[in-house]
Amino acid sequence: MAGPDRPKMTDTARDDVFKTGLVALIPQLRAFARTLTGDPTAADDLAQDAMIKAWDARASFEIGTNMKAWTFMILRNQFYSEKRRSWRQTQLDQESAERTLVAVDDPSAPIALDELRLGLAMLPSEQREALVLVGAGGFAYEEAAAICGCAVGTVKSRVSRARRALQLILEHGAYDRDGKAASEAMGSILAHAERLSGAR
Amino acid sequence: MARKAAPKRPPALDEARLRQQAIGAQLRQMFEDVVNEPVPGEFLDILRRADSDGADPD
Repeated sequence: MAGPDRPKMTDTARDDVFKTGLVALIPQLRAFARTLTGDPTAADDLAQDAMIKAWDARASFEIGTNMKAWTFMILRNQFYSEKRRSWRQTQLDQESAERTLVAVDDPSAPIALDELRLGLAMLPSEQREALVLVGAGGFAYEEAAAICGCAVGTVKSRVSRARRALQLILEHGAYDRDGKAASEAMGSILAHAERLSGAR
Repeated sequence: MARKAAPKRPPALDEARLRQQAIGAQLRQMFEDVVNEPVPGEFLDILRRADSDGADPD
């Protein structure tokens, strides 16, 4: 990072600083992309596209400000602009068809990674991203709000709804024993979660 | 919170809290697992290419 008193950097020096910062963020960007797409290959494509976008837009980045939030925002915009949500939906449908979530009775039992991934995939995308940014990405609510382009209060409520919904999903499992379709069962679980959080 | 005896919480609340902690821990773990993966070479290739393109008009 540049010292406060340093005179204006040359473009090359600036690019170098920017590049170093960007390289350091690659692992985080991959992780965020993975949670958005749910698929490792699609995630890396997305993260690489976002990196290119970030590099091309480097002149608009103010060195010394929060580069992680800035790149996450670019990645997120890239995800939504390319309707990549459809990938996730396909992925989710496949997984749901193949797997059955098993309800867990012991509240302190560790959560299986597969189940969490699947549960996360079932959340509405705006809840999922809010929860990931705040709960795993290490962002403050304010930063997450800037990344998602919404109000801080909105992020807070999305995170809390996501937590509640995820808990219900993991407790009840995606499939009802009576053979109801997973999506249908999920619909009622999420509706239940919404009712709970709506009744403030 | 320096109470001698914590007031008894309804068991459901405790359960919910435990469950949330477990979910939170696993969520961070899931994210960290990816963060700790080695970065595929293509990522660095992109920036190398950007370099050799001479990258920068004005």
